[in-house]
Amino acid sequence: MGKCRRAPLLEDNIIEVNNLEYFFGEVKAVDNISFTVREGEIFSFLGPNGAGKSTVINVLTTLLPVQKGRARVAGFDLKTEPEKVRESIGIVFQELTLDRDMTVREILEYHGRLYSMPKAARQERIEELIKLVELEGKRDTLTRHLSGGMKRRLEIARGLMTRPKVLFMDEPTIGLDPQTRIRIWEYVKDINQQGTTIFLTTHYMDEADQLSDRISIIDHGKIIVTGKSWELKNALGEDLIYLETSDNREATESLRQLDSVKGIRDKAKGIVVMVNTDGTYLLPEIIDRLRSGGIRVRAVNLKKPSMDDVFVHYTGRELRDSGAEKGSVAIVRAGRR
Amino acid sequence: MRTGFLTIYWRDMLRFVRFRTLLFASLVQPALWLAFFGIAMSNNFDRVTATLPAFPGVRSVNYLTFIGAGVIAMTTLFTSLFGGTVLLFDKNWGLMRETLSSPIPRIHVIIGIGLSGMTKSFIQASVIMVFGLLLGVQFFEGYTAVQILYSLAGIMVFVGTFSLGFLFLSAAIAITMESPEGMQAVITLLTMPFFFTSNALYPVDSFPPVLRVLSTINPLTHLVSGIRYFAIGSDFSAIGIRYTYTPGEIFISYLALLAFAGIMFLIARWRFSKVTVT
Repeated sequence: MGKCRRAPLLEDNIIEVNNLEYFFGEVKAVDNISFTVREGEIFSFLGPNGAGKSTVINVLTTLLPVQKGRARVAGFDLKTEPEKVRESIGIVFQELTLDRDMTVREILEYHGRLYSMPKAARQERIEELIKLVELEGKRDTLTRHLSGGMKRRLEIARGLMTRPKVLFMDEPTIGLDPQTRIRIWEYVKDINQQGTTIFLTTHYMDEADQLSDRISIIDHGKIIVTGKSWELKNALGEDLIYLETSDNREATESLRQLDSVKGIRDKAKGIVVMVNTDGTYLLPEIIDRLRSGGIRVRAVNLKKPSMDDVFVHYTGRELRDSGAEKGSVAIVRAGRR
Repeated sequence: MRTGFLTIYWRDMLRFVRFRTLLFASLVQPALWLAFFGIAMSNNFDRVTATLPAFPGVRSVNYLTFIGAGVIAMTTLFTSLFGGTVLLFDKNWGLMRETLSSPIPRIHVIIGIGLSGMTKSFIQASVIMVFGLLLGVQFFEGYTAVQILYSLAGIMVFVGTFSLGFLFLSAAIAITMESPEGMQAVITLLTMPFFFTSNALYPVDSFPPVLRVLSTINPLTHLVSGIRYFAIGSDFSAIGIRYTYTPGEIFISYLALLAFAGIMFLIARWRFSKVTVT
């Protein structure tokens, strides 16, 4: 899967969240969340818009207060030592937050100064980072003249300016084209391999899947399930078989009796059969069984479970449908932007 | 090390000098005021003044000199009141998140913006004085070099304190408002009473009592008095009215400006402590 599998540097928790809750007035945006992130890993919050991902990140980065619950980042309590937390973290915000009227160098310079980096260290780090994100030719270009991908890279560089222990990334590739996204992923993996823990939120399945060591699926302000990508997928079985038949209900009844069938889910026009054996060998058997029961099979598809399937399995809905849901926090909060 | 405000200052000045058109406009605009309004009104007022009896032994100055101080004060007022706008844009465009999630205390943002606004006011005041002298403003007449330096220092202390007060007010408004249009409206509304109840353009001696009270508590009046005291002198006449300032009065005017700046600072600090930017 092209993912770097490496042992964490330390088996220590760099983020610890216990029973965190957050309200926007009456709306509960974060509902009793607890999780830990180990030092050196890439940890993702995967969920639809309005699930509460950004709120959690805003609390963990001290932009919103801890209303209820406890949270520690880089060994410091968010409530009692927010300044210490600020000094230990880097942030890449969801929307672009670059001053259009400053140059690439100035953006990094400003950030270094905000964190009281000494001049020499600042200069050195700026050069290092400009090289890392390949903006060498753009040092003195105003950020208004950069492409979307370049801006994103600059923001990542800025997040790394102070060599943070944890880098928070809120939807790092939102609105970017596919090639640019893949490049950003490469940077994120590089940075992680150099020792920075990464906490990211995303509503892209592939992003969570490709990048993360561990994923939490979050919906309606709650964590629904947490695990490694393959663990989450394996929970659905080894293969997924999609069938459209002349009688889907009948087919479901019949296939449930097979030992190797873990579960069956209804789709709009067909059914998805989760199997815990090699589907390529089971499929002919299934078709024979249905045919002998008088059920005609119209369409077949066999695939490995994807993150999309995992998401649907745990939340009971497609990720792309959920954004427009009435009363979700995304709607309530949209007015503030 | 607590020098975070210097970072805020650095960024704001960087933007100020980067935009040549804006920089140029901000310097030329007050000079134009002096050139057009000043010279036009000057001809009218000076003709009226010529018919009035002079005060024997008292130096009489022309109207252009009289409003020279007023134009400096007015420019400082406008520039400072709009000086906080950058914070509104930073807030609305998400740029402020970077600053507020950094270890810099919020108070440094206020101080940094205050100091950069003050610097801009110093530059503008200097430009107006130079331009005014060229147009025939009778500032520093008969002063020795040492006296000129002393007067300049006095003017800058007054302008600086005054501008800080209004910058803090502007910052407090900017961080509270949601839209630039709203901010524009509030500031325009504010400038009117400050401007027209002051002694910047005309004498306040013949104001009705209510306006006179307003004029006395108006920081702009105190700034104008300070500038006139340092630039023209402690005893002069203009538009047929004799002006005398004692050092004590000027000191009290300065205390008034200081108190104003202090109160505005507290208000700005309070508004900043309330704001959440996500």
